[in-house]
Amino acid sequence: MRRRFAKFFEKLIEAALLVSGTFTSVIVLLIILFLFNEGAGLFRESPVEKGSVVALNRANPINALSPEELKNIFDQKIVFWKSLGGTSDSIKLFRVDDVAKYYTEGQIGSNFEHLDSCISDYVGKTPNVVAFFPKEYAKAGFKGKLVTIKTITIGSFVSGKEWFPTAQPVAQMGVLSLILGTLWVSLAAIIFALPLGLATAIYLAEIADSRVRNILKPLIELLAGIPSVVYGFFGLIVIVPLIKNVFGLDVGETALAGSIILGIMALPTIITISEDALRNTPRAMKEASLALGATKWQTIYKVSIPYSASGITAGAILGIGRAIGETMAVLMVTGNSAIIPHSLLQPVRTIPATIAAELGEAAQGGLHYKALFALGCILFVITFFINLSVEFISSKRKGEKHI
Amino acid sequence: MNKIETANVNLHYGDFHALKGITMSIQENSVTALIGPSGCGKSTYLRLFNRMNDLISNVEITGDVLVEGKDIYERGVDVDELRKKVGMVFQKPNPFPKTIYENVAYGLRVNGIKDKAFIEERVERSLHQAALWEEVKDKLKKSAFELSGGQQQRLCIARALAIEPTVLLMDEPASALDPLSTAKIEELIYELKNKYTIIIVTHNMQQAGRVSDRTAFFYMGELIEMDETKMIFTNPKNLRTQNYITGRFG
Repeated sequence: MRRRFAKFFEKLIEAALLVSGTFTSVIVLLIILFLFNEGAGLFRESPVEKGSVVALNRANPINALSPEELKNIFDQKIVFWKSLGGTSDSIKLFRVDDVAKYYTEGQIGSNFEHLDSCISDYVGKTPNVVAFFPKEYAKAGFKGKLVTIKTITIGSFVSGKEWFPTAQPVAQMGVLSLILGTLWVSLAAIIFALPLGLATAIYLAEIADSRVRNILKPLIELLAGIPSVVYGFFGLIVIVPLIKNVFGLDVGETALAGSIILGIMALPTIITISEDALRNTPRAMKEASLALGATKWQTIYKVSIPYSASGITAGAILGIGRAIGETMAVLMVTGNSAIIPHSLLQPVRTIPATIAAELGEAAQGGLHYKALFALGCILFVITFFINLSVEFISSKRKGEKHI
Repeated sequence: MNKIETANVNLHYGDFHALKGITMSIQENSVTALIGPSGCGKSTYLRLFNRMNDLISNVEITGDVLVEGKDIYERGVDVDELRKKVGMVFQKPNPFPKTIYENVAYGLRVNGIKDKAFIEERVERSLHQAALWEEVKDKLKKSAFELSGGQQQRLCIARALAIEPTVLLMDEPASALDPLSTAKIEELIYELKNKYTIIIVTHNMQQAGRVSDRTAFFYMGELIEMDETKMIFTNPKNLRTQNYITGRFG
């Protein structure tokens, strides 16, 4: 009886463990699904502001416009229909406010009750017009034709250089500058952090005696426990003014400030993983090297480092991963301007910082909101590939490796 | 002539007294076997001669260890130079994860030798000496890990020979190998003793009997008896030696 109960109890524990495992996996999958589902909405929806339409004269051969074309028309970068494959006429812009230029107050009506027919009339009689106005004025019997605005393509989203998610008449969702900003800051961070981290790891693994190591290692691991907003504070108060003064800039909030902070934040990851890898170098191999008359330093760089190269690489890549996903500290020190960076001394804006800064002001379910989710998807894909490459590098069998 | 001499050597690992007042002479161009049960101090004693015990913290050594008449534990002794003179082969084959060629060339390279022709010549000669050349001459650029365990161990011997030591320490060099590979290593030791002073630690009585000129029996950190190998195995003077070699304990 008692045995039976014990067996039942064991099964119960097994079931509980299974449930927790399943639960966790399902949650992770659901989050990813949610992210991609919301993000994909961006590419299904018209990028024109909700409740507005774009209309042309019926004689105009053009029936559809891409978001970039529409934006360039209203920015007057495209001024002839010819550039879009239409007639040789110049383009005439018409916004709803312009109606007063062509019609008297009497014609429009004191309560704008005739506004719709005025718009209809104007679009109907002006062959080179492009009109942007609220949807409610395009009633039955409208004398122009409504053009379809093509949806944003993934290609133009990723390669677009302009990020004006709330622009009128059409939002510009080009995230190239954000992607490049993220990679730029993270890469620079690793360039700072890798030599320093590797040097520390070598010191801890090969040179420091156990007393020093027992003090240093927990201290470095403590670095990982500092909240990122504190790093942000530190960056804002110390590093930003320092950069401003040293380089004589107008503002110190630059990619460089972000890189330095991210570099410091990536250090614990790089150090701990590299140090573990270095300490895993078989003692026999180090002894063999020393027994051949190699000095300690020769043994470190000819045996230990090559042997643990995959671990060190994994540490560096995970450090980059940490840097790419970091939000708060970067948001505080990089200046957040969505331009394609050309130097470390310019402000940049990263993907996570954009999401954090803009999600609050984006209307739920709107285009901007979906664009931020799509940005989240891009970030996920980047970090996913980073983790995949770490997995790949560390799964390489050590025995088959050549140095 | 005595190549190596120790006089009243004591070694402590912290509180543990691992070697107790050991005095021994080792002749040039001979093979000396160190035998004894596990933990008797024979490996520790072997590692005295290339100062490998230095790698362990908390080690204290007193007494004299003379190699070619010089005390190697004196202040100002260049340990790296000593290790070039006193080569070592370890218990398990421990080639570097490099090519066969680079394994043998390693010792030359870390000693700053850059002359390609010289390295090539020395690598080939060392592989010949280790009786491995015929087996690997066509795959010098292949990974050392592609060799069998026995071949790897002979590669490690070639690696040690490449820097032309005069003393070769062998710490149970055949214990991880199959009988055929063991026989090859033993044959090799027999040939090498013309040029090298060899000290070998072994658990294998027959091996000690086959390869060595003199045998030293260690027990609990003490040197119990040392004599001609023939004498040790046929007519030991000490009862504990007799018990050990007849297999009553071990």
